[in-house]
Amino acid sequence: MRSFLSYLARRLLASIGVLIGVSILIFVIARVIPGDPARIALGPTASQSQVEALRHQLYLDRPLPLQYLEFVRRLGRGDLGISLYTNRPVVQDLEAYFPATLELVLLGGLIMLVIGIPLGVLAAYFRNRWPDNAARVFALLGVATPSFVWAIFLMLLFSYAIGILPVAGQLSENLKPPPHVTGMLTVDALITGHWVVFWNAFRHMLLPSASLAMAGLGQAARLTRANMLDSYNTAYVETARAYGVAELTIARKYALRPALIPTFTVMGLDFAAMLGAAFLVEVVFNWPGVARYAVEAILHKDLNAIVGTTLVIAAFFLVVNIIVDIVVGYINPRIHIKRDSR
Amino acid sequence: MIWRSKAWFRFSRNALSISGFVIVAAAVLLALFAPWLTPYPAEAGKFVDFAHASLPPSWHHLFGTDTIGRDVLTRVVFGFRVSLGLGVVVLALAAPVGVLLGLLAGYVGGWVEGLIMRTTDVFLALPPLVLALAVLGFLQPNLFNAMMAVTVMWWPWYTRLVYNLARSIRTEGFITAAEVIGASRSHILLREILPNCFPSILTKMTLDMGFVILIGASLSFLGLGVQPPTPDLGSMVANGAQYLPDLWWIPVFPGIAVLVLVLGFNLLGDGLRDLLDVEV
Amino acid sequence: MPALLEIDRLHLRFRLFEGISHVINGIDLRVERGERVAIVGESGCGKSVTVRLILGLLQQNNVLVEGSIRFDGVDLLQLKRARLREIRGRRICAVFQDPMASLNPTFKVYDQLRTVIQRGEARRDAYAVARAALQEVAITDPDRVLGAYPFQLSGGLNQRVLIAMSLVNQPDLILADEPGTALDVTVQEQTLLLMRRLTEQRQSSVLLITHNLGVVREFADRVYVMYAGNIVEQAPTPELFANPRHPYTQALLASVPTLSGERLPEGIDGMVPDYTSPPEGCRFHPRCPAATSVCRRPQPFGTVGENHLVACRLYRSEHHG
Repeated sequence: MRSFLSYLARRLLASIGVLIGVSILIFVIARVIPGDPARIALGPTASQSQVEALRHQLYLDRPLPLQYLEFVRRLGRGDLGISLYTNRPVVQDLEAYFPATLELVLLGGLIMLVIGIPLGVLAAYFRNRWPDNAARVFALLGVATPSFVWAIFLMLLFSYAIGILPVAGQLSENLKPPPHVTGMLTVDALITGHWVVFWNAFRHMLLPSASLAMAGLGQAARLTRANMLDSYNTAYVETARAYGVAELTIARKYALRPALIPTFTVMGLDFAAMLGAAFLVEVVFNWPGVARYAVEAILHKDLNAIVGTTLVIAAFFLVVNIIVDIVVGYINPRIHIKRDSR
Repeated sequence: MIWRSKAWFRFSRNALSISGFVIVAAAVLLALFAPWLTPYPAEAGKFVDFAHASLPPSWHHLFGTDTIGRDVLTRVVFGFRVSLGLGVVVLALAAPVGVLLGLLAGYVGGWVEGLIMRTTDVFLALPPLVLALAVLGFLQPNLFNAMMAVTVMWWPWYTRLVYNLARSIRTEGFITAAEVIGASRSHILLREILPNCFPSILTKMTLDMGFVILIGASLSFLGLGVQPPTPDLGSMVANGAQYLPDLWWIPVFPGIAVLVLVLGFNLLGDGLRDLLDVEV
Repeated sequence: MPALLEIDRLHLRFRLFEGISHVINGIDLRVERGERVAIVGESGCGKSVTVRLILGLLQQNNVLVEGSIRFDGVDLLQLKRARLREIRGRRICAVFQDPMASLNPTFKVYDQLRTVIQRGEARRDAYAVARAALQEVAITDPDRVLGAYPFQLSGGLNQRVLIAMSLVNQPDLILADEPGTALDVTVQEQTLLLMRRLTEQRQSSVLLITHNLGVVREFADRVYVMYAGNIVEQAPTPELFANPRHPYTQALLASVPTLSGERLPEGIDGMVPDYTSPPEGCRFHPRCPAATSVCRRPQPFGTVGENHLVACRLYRSEHHG
């Protein structure tokens, strides 16, 4: 246990270093890219004095290292500047929009794992028979189709053709949102006992989350299948069979656990891909999340907002990676336990 | 029976890879010869024909027409040009840079390794697309800038791949032999280590083509890539999405086209990976 | 009184892309209760596959089997999979070749032992049983071993764990496929002595597969010499070493170096045959110094001593083994 904690501590430290690096990177991008950010934000019709004023406001007239220090100082105070578009502090905007994205990503991740991994196990169990082939085709389509295409297809199928799921938005218009606890509609509704609202919000969440999850789902299925097949070929699975362990138990436990390790190791990356896909899916479904906010920021050249959301998303991604590492470390004892005495 | 399943397995593997190759080859041909292969090449540019606007798929217009009368099929094929072009440019820039950095980091070691790999880690700390979006956020949206943005986010993958390969190859016998003879570092890097990395790099580039196309389509879907009236698959889907479900053919066919492109490169890349027996 | 294990006229063929591979070519074999029997032969002669066949582990659908494998009177080849599964791990237990690879690296030793224990008599205190089992294989700190992962332990320790696993349900028959071959020689020696002592105590039968004649001498009561899917000679161990009759057996013994160095080991010319087109008749005849045209026909067993049978034209007798 102790060795695991020290491993964790090292990972956290490394992540903080990376986060600092990311802040520098974003800062460099924001300042070094050709063009005057203030001019870009205000457009060609603004007057020179307006541009100068904005430059001063954005600290653009100081030397670079000082600008960075100022940037970090404000960061420490939780100040990400004012959004040029909404005219509110960026932090406030982010607080308002982040939970919606978090909701989607959490459900998406759940879908990815809960459907993707069993699909892979199924494909491996029925190797080369029709369930396997069907699963593999499905997985490949999941990976190859862009999330916005999935979004449109799913919307066409479930909202228009079959008509069982709502088209867009978070909640039907006639319903009031639940009291604010976490900001996530479904979670808040669950906690406060508003079952109708919960169900409605959940139904609104299904299509966007599924669109997000498709690529990762396909990847999870393919990886799990390949790793399960490798696992089936090992001497320890043969030994288990020789001792009469039921085939189903082998699929569920003995072959699965070693197969999950390489799968999970890659999964962090797919979770990240969901964050990227969120930009597209939130736009299609008009979902009020951080990603849609960022897209609008980009379209309106809202520099502070762009910087702020990028940092927040990077931090979130790092946290997710650490969590994935924890999970992998739990299932793979070899990472933190060294080979000891004889 | 194993003879059926082994041979069938090989064949099915092959069938998939062959389909991938066919798809890619067809796409490349279509892109190169678009003006001669499409029914209405003029409609790929500035063109308006309200008399034939919003027509569903028919024999005259296999994919229908959009809201200002342009043939969707033609525009989809021309859209291939943009997608493939983007992929080629991005990879042609990102791969060499990434590979070079990875070689340096993996073989030279020392502070060079530390610097390069930490930088790579920082770049990779951002989810895909986010970095491209961040870069594009500060630039004017057009195809060139989109290419630059995607290139910037792509090179670290090659660095990491080659770094791992170089590190493991570095300890091999033939490298020590070359060092003992007194071969220069650049010789070892370029003539000994690099050739051993080619299979992985090639496979990765093939797989990546699909993903670069995907990212490119995503960026133009958001309005950050190609600008109208140049046809682009992503922006076609975006523009057509508002007309769902009635004029469904306007977003659906470009969407399928992207899917097929990405699928093709994926299948081909998978086949290469099996054939060359590499890890990417 | 029927033997514990009786294999009669066993044939095993694989339907391959290249053709039909005739891997086991009609063997007869018996293991009595409490007996330790060895099958010795080169790699690829079909001995490991026999073990898999007994346990019903060959799941592919390109497998063609003829003959019978009777365990305590019941033909295992005719059993439904569920019935077969009942016997595995309870009445027949196996020890495979590489101890490190035979244990699941993501489960602790205790978890894996417990699974096997639970297949035996129910309502035992699994931990106590596991602990006792490890002590029996001379593991002095069983609690540490139980709480560890296999990769934390040495090969020798893992091997003992596997032996303990095979004995914990008091099986009637233990199948040991080249146990300890993956370990160094001294450890292998200890392993074998341990197995011999424990199986003697419990009067379990053992069917040992090996390519190592030294192991046979130490361990087995009776030996079957196998070549290319056929039994060519069978005898009680001392008799086999004293009077090897079959040219192959003699060649095998000649290929073992002696400590005194008075004689250099000689290899055997030629190679193991291709099972998709094996030699007719006696499969050893292409490599045999005593071969004649008669050898192209299948050779029945002839008796050359008490319980000592040889399948070679040199030893044909009027009564067949």
